Amino acid sequence: MKNKVISFPYLVWALVFTLIPLLLIFYYGFTVELESGQIIFSTENFVKFFSNSAYTNALIRSLWMAALATFICLIVGYPVAYILAMSTYKRKGLLLLLLVIPMWMNLLLRTYAWVTILDDTGLINTFLGKFGIKPIQFMYNQGSIVFAMVYNFLPFMILPINSVLSKMDTSVFEAAHDLGANKMKVFTKVTLPLSVPGIFSGITMVFMPAVTTFAITDILSGGKNDLIGNIVQRQFREAFNWHYGATISIILMVLIVISIIVSSKYESEDKGGGLF
Amino acid sequence: MKKLISLALCFLLIFSVMGCSNSNKKVLYVYNWGNFIADGIIEQFEKETGIKVVYEEYDDNENMYTKVKAAGDMYDIVVPSDYMVKKMSDEGMLAPINKENIPNLANLEERYLNMSFDEGNKYSVPYFVGTVGILYNTDLVNEDITKMSSMFDSKYAGKVCMLHSMRDTIGMTLKMLGYSMNDTNKSHINAARDKLIKQKPNVKAYGTDDLSRKVLDGTAAMALVYSGEGIKAVTEQPHNMRFVIPEEGSNLAIDSFVILKDSKHKEEAEQFINFMLREDIALKNAKETGYTTPNKVAKEKLPDDMKNDASRYPTEDILDKCEVFYSDNKHYVEAWDLILAAN
Repeated sequence: MKNKVISFPYLVWALVFTLIPLLLIFYYGFTVELESGQIIFSTENFVKFFSNSAYTNALIRSLWMAALATFICLIVGYPVAYILAMSTYKRKGLLLLLLVIPMWMNLLLRTYAWVTILDDTGLINTFLGKFGIKPIQFMYNQGSIVFAMVYNFLPFMILPINSVLSKMDTSVFEAAHDLGANKMKVFTKVTLPLSVPGIFSGITMVFMPAVTTFAITDILSGGKNDLIGNIVQRQFREAFNWHYGATISIILMVLIVISIIVSSKYESEDKGGGLF
Repeated sequence: MKKLISLALCFLLIFSVMGCSNSNKKVLYVYNWGNFIADGIIEQFEKETGIKVVYEEYDDNENMYTKVKAAGDMYDIVVPSDYMVKKMSDEGMLAPINKENIPNLANLEERYLNMSFDEGNKYSVPYFVGTVGILYNTDLVNEDITKMSSMFDSKYAGKVCMLHSMRDTIGMTLKMLGYSMNDTNKSHINAARDKLIKQKPNVKAYGTDDLSRKVLDGTAAMALVYSGEGIKAVTEQPHNMRFVIPEEGSNLAIDSFVILKDSKHKEEAEQFINFMLREDIALKNAKETGYTTPNKVAKEKLPDDMKNDASRYPTEDILDKCEVFYSDNKHYVEAWDLILAAN
């Protein structure tokens, strides 16, 4: 009974801010407005999306770039998380704090700061210019989008992995050593498999914001290569076509749900793979 | 805890807004384009009338519309362009203007009154007129640019910036191909679309307010910009900046004051509009922003070099080739999606 009462505020919250908006998205996604202003059920917008290679290409590009960014985050983030977790340094909390501090700043500010550094007439190129090196174009391409994704979302990979690793029972490592495993073996046969839940949380937490981003694209690539997030944003803000925007959102949601189902298979044996 | 705090903040916000409308001092909420007013004008209005002005800026008609549509009672005055005036009045978002309260309407040039988007100026009063043109850097461009087609010339690969604004970029391309900016014929729009997709290797970036900066510092050789931005850049670096209105013609954007239907300060809003049309105020604004003033008395007082500058005050034969937007955005959205999504 008591639980029911304390869960009530969240129930209201979930209803108003999650369930109703979700229903609205489905309503808009599966309807179209006729010239006469009448609204009818239709899957026309789904056909429009999948029959046009520019839209599907934007989707594939988003998935690919987000996947690439997630992979780089994993390669860079895992060793950092490992070193942090295994470190015997007394002020480990401080190290974690240093990692989180950049996240206190707004994502747009952080990304705009990179424009100042990377632009053709930015800090790096001005510096190189002093040695007579011609400006290198760092921005205005897809690579810069992946770079900014990695930069912005890396902490989301490190934190869950670090959390799993630091909670690991060290006696299992000792047991492995006792049974004759060398350092490498201990890592591949014990540490790595046990940290899989953290890896999967990290992947979800990086992949999801990366695949739906639109701000990074506009700022760093000069708006030249729309990702799916840009197209959704445009339907709502410029085209006033909520129906089509909702349709694309549904398609994206389905893809994300699939990725959650896949990763929850691993997280069911969760050993505390949450963010903190 | 977080929820409690945000709840408390929400209440605080509501009370503070209520507090404002209850107090004796009148407050006017103005939502205007960025770089669209001279320094000190708002303060002068506040001093002369005792009305407090809360001033916010936007960079795009569509963003403004989305925000006003969602919370129309947040503002009293906004400054949409022509086609947006029509859209908003068609949707019943605007309040009719009482012209008796705006005697300074007589200062405006006939040419910009009684336009098709608002016949009889029932809802709108022109504030500034802008065109779209090409700003280029003579350090990087060794020819006189006069035509839109130069932006499609492959010798400027990776050096051109276009407006991240569907109507302007597609419209200027339609013009270049000899069609109207308001053409809704699908095959014409598709021709413009294909032209712009083919242009992509030339394009450094699509942007709005940041483009003139890129040309000024040499990141880009040329950019499609709004006239005020272009003229400002030329004033800043006259030795290497040039701004031209392409000879194919351009868009004539008539950005106009409108009063929102839900405004609770209609008379103060009219007072503000009348103030902005006053000779000395219009003159100051025209000098500083670089946009074309529709105010004939203020224009007469402008220094000769500004008055005779064809990029500020286009000659009759350029004006004849310019068009005001009136067709609906919906015809161009898909083409714009495909242009920006193309590899």
